[in-house]
Amino acid sequence: MIVEISLAVAAAVLLAYVLVCALRLAIGPTVADRAVAVDTINTLIVAIMILVGAAFDLVVIMDVALVYALLSFVGTLYVARYLEEGLK
Amino acid sequence: MTILMYVFLAIGAVFNGLGAVALHRFPDVYTRLHGATKCTTFGSIFSVLAVVVYGAMRGGPVGMNMVIRAALALVFLLLTNPTGSHALARAAHRAGIKPFKAVVDRLEEVGK
Amino acid sequence: MLACFARSLYTFRAVRRVAEVAATFAIAFSVYLVLTAFSGGIGLWSLEELIGGAVVSFLVALASRRLLWERGGWRLLNPIRWFVFLVYLLGPFLLAMAKANLDVAYRVITGRINPGIVRFNPGLRTDAGRTMLANSITLTPGTLTVEVDDETGDFYVHWINVRNVDPKPEEVCGAFPNWAKVVAE
Repeated sequence: MIVEISLAVAAAVLLAYVLVCALRLAIGPTVADRAVAVDTINTLIVAIMILVGAAFDLVVIMDVALVYALLSFVGTLYVARYLEEGLK
Repeated sequence: MTILMYVFLAIGAVFNGLGAVALHRFPDVYTRLHGATKCTTFGSIFSVLAVVVYGAMRGGPVGMNMVIRAALALVFLLLTNPTGSHALARAAHRAGIKPFKAVVDRLEEVGK
Repeated sequence: MLACFARSLYTFRAVRRVAEVAATFAIAFSVYLVLTAFSGGIGLWSLEELIGGAVVSFLVALASRRLLWERGGWRLLNPIRWFVFLVYLLGPFLLAMAKANLDVAYRVITGRINPGIVRFNPGLRTDAGRTMLANSITLTPGTLTVEVDDETGDFYVHWINVRNVDPKPEEVCGAFPNWAKVVAE
């Protein structure tokens, strides 16, 4: 019981860090800064999903986390490409 | 085993927080990428390792499923995170963002 | 003579294509099996998962075999390389990563940086080796790969604490190029 609660608490702490990163997402002076913030948030979200899945006994959420990890990588690559060449 | 899990959770929380703070402490895109990539990768790996330990403790089909998925997520994070940050750094340099107070910039000299 | 040569070249290509599809199929299907373990009675899997996984993996293999085996991908199927890679991951790489995080903590607290982008050439030739070295560099103390030159193999690295404007590979990333050579070349 206490183990599951500790996992949920860790997920909540990571969620607070997501808010800190969202601050950089809001104020970041250049587009690249915002892209870095989004990349960081994506990594944190994957970890949060895995922790929540373990805490609430839902293996399905872990599947979502796996797909999210790969799709967020593709998204980062597209943002990088847009930064390089503009919208084409 | 439980203590090992708590240690992993604590390491994950501390280093993820370090990554989030690094986003605000550093002056430009490249140094922010340094902090964000290294710390969140390390921290997330330890958070996920905690889940691996939890699944192994729990046992049974559900626990083993947790172990498998957490281990795969670990591999994906380790592969995709540095690659994504490399793509962002390259794109930022090509978009013309100069490194803050750089001592030397060999890539600028090549003119790519 | 020429026709015979052409025919043997053709059969060589066909065999190679079948081998590529088979290897990709094996990798994709094993990942699918790992993800759907504990679903039923045949071994650990149910019949539906086995059939569906085989069909999906075959389609994936047909679509993506070109991407995987183009430049020296076959070398990575050697189990000795996997073992060396595992030793590398658990030994020097993990240590360097822990050091990198403490280094970032130090710089976050003191705010002491001296950045710059330096160039060096570790002398790697294959894509897999370069990828491995670039990712290792990004995750280890004070360095971030910005660009890799495809033809010459030059690495452009953002170094957070420049000690030498024209560094040797050992100064930036220690023994990592040698590990990358052993694992991937």
